[in-house]
Amino acid sequence: MSTITQDSPAAHDDHHDDHHHGAPKGIMRWILTTNHKDIGTLYLWFSFIMFLTGGAMAMVIRAELFQPGLQLIEPNFFNQMTTVHGLVMVFGAVMPAFTGLANWLIPMMIGAPDMALPRMNNWSFWILPFAFTILLSSLFMEGGGPNFGWTFYAPLSTTYSPDSTALFVFAIHIMGMSSIMGAINVIVTIVNMRAPGMTWMKLPLFVWTWLITAFLLIAVMPVLAGTVTMVLTDKYFGTAFFDAAGGGDPVMFQHIFWFFGHPEVYIMILPSFGIISAIVPAFSRKPLFGYASMVYATASIAVLSFLVWAHHMFTTGMPVFAELFFMYCTMLIAVPTGVKVFNWVATMWRGSISFETPMLFAVAFIILFTIGGFSGLMLAITPADFQYHDTYFVVAHFHYVLVTGAIFSIMAAAYYWLPKWTGNMYSETLGRWHFWCSVISVNVLFFPMHFLGLAGMPRRIPDYAIQFADVNQIVSIGGFAFGLSQFIFLAVVIKCIRGGEKAPAKPWEGAEGLEWTLPSPAPYHSFTTPPEVK
Amino acid sequence: MTTKHEPYYVPAQSAWPIIGAIGLFLIAFGAGTFVSKLNTEGGGGGYILLTGIAVIIFMLFGWFRTVIGESMAGLYSKQMDRSFRQGMSWFIFSEVMFFGAFFGALFYARMIAIPWLGGASNNAMTHEVLWPTFEAIWPLVTTPGGSTTEAMGWTGLPLYNTIILLTSSVTLHFAHVGLENNKRKALTVWLGFTILLGISFLVLQAEEYIHAYQEMGLTLDSGVYGNTFFLLTGFHGMHVTLGTVFLIVLFFRVLKGHFTPEHHFAFQAGSWYWHFVDVVWLCLFTFVYVL
Repeated sequence: MSTITQDSPAAHDDHHDDHHHGAPKGIMRWILTTNHKDIGTLYLWFSFIMFLTGGAMAMVIRAELFQPGLQLIEPNFFNQMTTVHGLVMVFGAVMPAFTGLANWLIPMMIGAPDMALPRMNNWSFWILPFAFTILLSSLFMEGGGPNFGWTFYAPLSTTYSPDSTALFVFAIHIMGMSSIMGAINVIVTIVNMRAPGMTWMKLPLFVWTWLITAFLLIAVMPVLAGTVTMVLTDKYFGTAFFDAAGGGDPVMFQHIFWFFGHPEVYIMILPSFGIISAIVPAFSRKPLFGYASMVYATASIAVLSFLVWAHHMFTTGMPVFAELFFMYCTMLIAVPTGVKVFNWVATMWRGSISFETPMLFAVAFIILFTIGGFSGLMLAITPADFQYHDTYFVVAHFHYVLVTGAIFSIMAAAYYWLPKWTGNMYSETLGRWHFWCSVISVNVLFFPMHFLGLAGMPRRIPDYAIQFADVNQIVSIGGFAFGLSQFIFLAVVIKCIRGGEKAPAKPWEGAEGLEWTLPSPAPYHSFTTPPEVK
Repeated sequence: MTTKHEPYYVPAQSAWPIIGAIGLFLIAFGAGTFVSKLNTEGGGGGYILLTGIAVIIFMLFGWFRTVIGESMAGLYSKQMDRSFRQGMSWFIFSEVMFFGAFFGALFYARMIAIPWLGGASNNAMTHEVLWPTFEAIWPLVTTPGGSTTEAMGWTGLPLYNTIILLTSSVTLHFAHVGLENNKRKALTVWLGFTILLGISFLVLQAEEYIHAYQEMGLTLDSGVYGNTFFLLTGFHGMHVTLGTVFLIVLFFRVLKGHFTPEHHFAFQAGSWYWHFVDVVWLCLFTFVYVL
């Protein structure tokens, strides 16, 4: 992709005197930091804590669903768990993890000294813990926290929602501000701070995919802000946006929400494509097959993502021509996505492949994300969707793309770049344990859900008909196993930070990119003088 | 390595972001608590909200003072200037999308929801079963539920406001031209004139609101017409307020001799923001008032 002229990794050390601030000590280092690596680390740890928090809620859900009947929790609390699990995983775990990776990697990959707007970068991060404090604290208020599903459809979120809904609304508002500022920072960094010679078609795909993701974020997070604002005024100030008695329409809520919501799901998968496009070539020891087509495919997916939102609403009432339009547009997305999967497989074809942990996760991603993609195609067929809508089939579908898709790619990225971040190699044995435990349990967890859904089990219910009992038990066991497996990952990361075999500047033989020209761990300030890319 | 490379200024640690995060937390938590108790206990937590606003204002003063200081000290290269400009453009794009959500609601209600309630397309039974007497009209002065209101005309105050805001964009452009030609007097006068126009817009809009509430019975809760009217004009008014404050800050900086013909990002940003607010108003005037 790009050849790098760099005298030696040590060349960068001379520049440290330019800056009178190295890594400061103590807690204030993290609170006041403007350093992209520190902020990246904060994002990643925050994301992991949220992953465990949202995961704990999933465990509550699976415990309740272990057998039919109501055993452990009240239905209202169950609804709060499904809602907050979704919100925490989407806005607290997946999105901040990608922003953390962007912070750590983009400046190193494009040869920039830091992110373009370092103070705003700090602000973007520190809003998040506060926003989630508000969201999670609403669970303990009188009447409970949000219980209307992460999609907060009206009138569930307006007429029938708990008093604490206003806290949910304002928490979403400030999370949105955080995302928008983060995205502006990423775009400006990529557009304006590339090293000389780092032309557009030499950019690593992770940078490309994040550029497009950031555009999607800036385009749709404000729409989410508008949606929650209308929910707020409908609930508390007597407006009737989503109330037919006042001339509004609850279906309008779904249109506005999914206009945000559909690009949002690509926000959570495009950076994954970038990660996989870095890892697969590295461990296949071959350049990526079809680089340019990857870029164009990503851009096409982003454009199409604005034209498919109503496929979430086939059963809610639309003219037939609209159902057909959204069906065909949705199926069209399979084309650029297929290009990507084809390119990854073609990259591996006749490669000299080795299966270290990042590659294991990447290969699992390709297979399992494709399963999620195929079930998505099934859901895209309008008449079939009438059957699948709001069943466990949908739950299975989006967990395949989000857990074995987004989360697996984040795990792959963590293993791939941990040596660069910490300066130590992670334990390959533990990494493999983590992979195999995760990949087996995650399929035990989510694969049977397809059958539950096809057999007619609705989603978001605390109790179910007796014939679903056996499969639900298997699913719950898979869930607990997957949850526990993640502690292996925690152990790997802590062990890797504390020590281990010293990592060379480029621990992976086939890895490409500017970040590997820096020593491991990467110095506090990387490219104070831009490297020249030929 | 032969590079004609200007260093990119990476600021040292800064306390302003965390102060800003705490301020936003207090605002969100205070507003959330206040609003959530609005229907039951008549509010509460208002003081947390006010503290948050105070913290944010303090943060803005401090942060901008730091940035202006750095700018005056010449720490900002051409490349940084581009970062700021691109950042501001994307911020304005996000604002466009925010207004887009409310315009979307307006168009959906007018073009789809209300005709359907009136029985259009294949919705004859919806009409028959829900509100058989409902008539689909826009502006929706009688809701399906039966509450009535009056529609705001486009002549009079709204038209004056359109002229005022359009003029203010022109005067601001003159100020900018003055700045670029280093005619400080023209800059000061035209900028001051723009601020006055901005303030008169806000005064007239307040008058319009009072008129709507007291004489027309057009309120925030009078059906989807009142909803879209007040949310669109209200958010626009908030943006005009913010823009005016922005221009006032610029005005004092001009008086202190800040900005050069080559180096005036803040002025550029304020001017972009003002033109953006102006364009939003044109869309508003067309779709909320005239059509």
